[in-house]
Amino acid sequence: MRITAAEALVRCLEEEKVEVVFGYPGGAVLEVYDALYFNKKIKHVLTRSEQAAAHAASGYARVSGKVGVCIATSGPGATNLVTGIATAYMDSIPIVAITGQVPLSQIGGDMFQEVDITGATAPFTKHNYLVKNAGDVPRIVKEAFHIASTGRPGPVLIDLPRDVARKKIDFTYPEEVSLKGYKPTLEGHPLQIIKAVEAINSAKRPVILAGGGVISSGAHDELMRLAETADIPVTVSLMGIGSFPGEHPLFLGMAGTHGMPRANAALKESDLVIALGCRFNDRLTGGAGGFNKNTKIIHVDVDPAEIGKNVKVDIPIVGDIKNVLRELLKRIEKRSRKDWKDYLEGLKGEDVVEGCGDISPLDIIGELYEQTRGELIITTDVGAHQMWTARYYKFKHPRSFITSGGLGTMGYGLPAAIGAKIANPNKQVIHITGDGSFQMNFAELATLRENDLSVKIILFNNRGLGLVKELQDIHCGGRYSQVHFGFLPDFVKLSESYGIKALRVESKKELEEAISTMLKEEGSFLLECRLTIEARVKSLIKEGKTYESHAGSLG
Amino acid sequence: MKATLAVLVENHPGVLSRVAGLFARRGFNIESLAVGPTDNPEISRMTIVVDGDERVIEQIKKQLNKLVDVIKVSFIEPENSVSRELVMIKVNTEPEKRSEIIGIAEIFRANIIDVSRDSMIIELTGDKDKVNAMEEILRPFGIKELVRTGIIAMNRGSKCIESPEQ
Ligand SMILES: Cc1ncc(C[n+]2csc(CCOP(=O)(O)OP(=O)(O)O)c2C)c(N)n1
Ligand SMILES: [Mg+2]
Repeated sequence: MRITAAEALVRCLEEEKVEVVFGYPGGAVLEVYDALYFNKKIKHVLTRSEQAAAHAASGYARVSGKVGVCIATSGPGATNLVTGIATAYMDSIPIVAITGQVPLSQIGGDMFQEVDITGATAPFTKHNYLVKNAGDVPRIVKEAFHIASTGRPGPVLIDLPRDVARKKIDFTYPEEVSLKGYKPTLEGHPLQIIKAVEAINSAKRPVILAGGGVISSGAHDELMRLAETADIPVTVSLMGIGSFPGEHPLFLGMAGTHGMPRANAALKESDLVIALGCRFNDRLTGGAGGFNKNTKIIHVDVDPAEIGKNVKVDIPIVGDIKNVLRELLKRIEKRSRKDWKDYLEGLKGEDVVEGCGDISPLDIIGELYEQTRGELIITTDVGAHQMWTARYYKFKHPRSFITSGGLGTMGYGLPAAIGAKIANPNKQVIHITGDGSFQMNFAELATLRENDLSVKIILFNNRGLGLVKELQDIHCGGRYSQVHFGFLPDFVKLSESYGIKALRVESKKELEEAISTMLKEEGSFLLECRLTIEARVKSLIKEGKTYESHAGSLG
Repeated sequence: MKATLAVLVENHPGVLSRVAGLFARRGFNIESLAVGPTDNPEISRMTIVVDGDERVIEQIKKQLNKLVDVIKVSFIEPENSVSRELVMIKVNTEPEKRSEIIGIAEIFRANIIDVSRDSMIIELTGDKDKVNAMEEILRPFGIKELVRTGIIAMNRGSKCIESPEQ
């Protein structure tokens, strides 16, 4: 049967079992949208901007574990996708982005809405394609899904010129991919695994550092077995949150510049760090203040380029974390490390909030935890509210904390929540945002309503850019430059204008009931919490040592 | 530290820009880059000379390997390989200096491929040291233009750099 390349593209999406795509039409993708018009199997969610479509695809991918798909037109549609693609790249999220392009015969002529999107996105896609032959569409789509979802996951972009989209081809979907230059190593090297086992069995003060790789490889059960068998405390990077239950006695909390002092101390004072699928990013190592010279590091990652990139590693293991942990577990001996755990327990410290008004941010997160106990999905935006959520909510399940870690993209959370809710309609999806971030993508409230999705939004309104203000306190001697909003909308009315119920709370005593009302609401809901921008959380450690939690890093 | 990499890549348009872009955005230094198709027209071979410490050179290899269009990255060890570069030098030739320059070219086994009233083009093939030496000797005469191909290199003996079988 002969069909157009655009129809073939949609058929390929069906072959890949794509249930939903997020997108926004335009002239250069007319053919693709025309093909979608006739399609009955794939749901299309029309977001209010292409950036949101990419974030929604990312939220969907993170919750479902499948590849998220987004579509945009050429030129401005494609450039609007860019922030979403880069966000997905930095967090290793599998998405396939499809863009329309001006006709192949006209490329290079600075045509209307022409932009070199494969050139623009080369630095932050895992791979990308400009389709030149219509007959290549099935192979390219097959490869794109394969590359996006295997090895270290990441975004792949397919740019389809209009004239190519219209050409007719004979459709068959390839069964396999054959890529000479792409063969991820999934099994760890047996000798390296033996070395790692020996190091773990003989360590006195080991600590596990779990990153996002544990979640993407689905290795949370193996992580639990390793921690419990060998009695090793666990800390996580921002991306690793959810890989180990927050209530577990071995859990130390998040490490890094915004992390728990106890977790950072554990990394610093350990004799063995077992790093799983994390990349020792500056936000992590900055908090630990560098490692001890005598600390050995085992680093397991599916991406060989991550090993040895930021820190010197003693035992590198390239492979899929789940596979590697299974091998390790065959030889790990049972241990009890009471002294080490007791020592770390002593560093637990107590958090105090300074400078807040009637509500402290921890009250909100604490109350949310009381009423949900980890049985939800939280998406966040970027700012102080994000760091507070990461530190204090006790996440229980993998794929339940969805945040922009690597790029720190304000505006990520609401569209990501849309994707999350579609991926898992039975779970309560809560979006925690700030007044700054929310204003970047609140147009997606319309997408929520249009698709009858229920997302609960908790808006931490401190009338400004809290995290940046904190940085200006630390780095600029308190010179506050452009961090206070002189005008803000009435968020409750704004929400109501979209037909979304909303409440505002200004004191702690209203919180319990407000959160309960929000959670019971069937549709979406917005809860605005008024905070002061001066609120700072600090950890007090025994012996009077004070650690400030958010100091030093750049937002 | 310098290292020479032989990089087999898919012979597609756009691959060169991916490789060059990678070097630029990761702050890697390229000393020299030469590229052309292999005996298999689907595969091109790049010879890239890079500069950096051991950690950087390791990263360069790993990051190149991450590009889907890159099929294989191998190091070429200076001791066990031959490397060549071709250079063309357009040099000032005042009439009284002409025979001296021809003499130099002969010593280097270089070819004179163009002659005009006041200049000559000399073509030389050799490893980097030889090319540099010739350049130095010709400099006093006045080099008007110089172009180099970049180094290409191959392991000695029967050891080959081949695309892995599918
Ligand atoms: C798109 C984007 N622009 C700018 C920044 C820099 N930045 C980091 S946090 C922050 C403040 C966020 O304000 P808000 O959402 O109100 O959160 P708060 O810190 O007040 O809780 C800014 C501007 C960013 N991370 N992303
Ligand atoms: Mg704010």
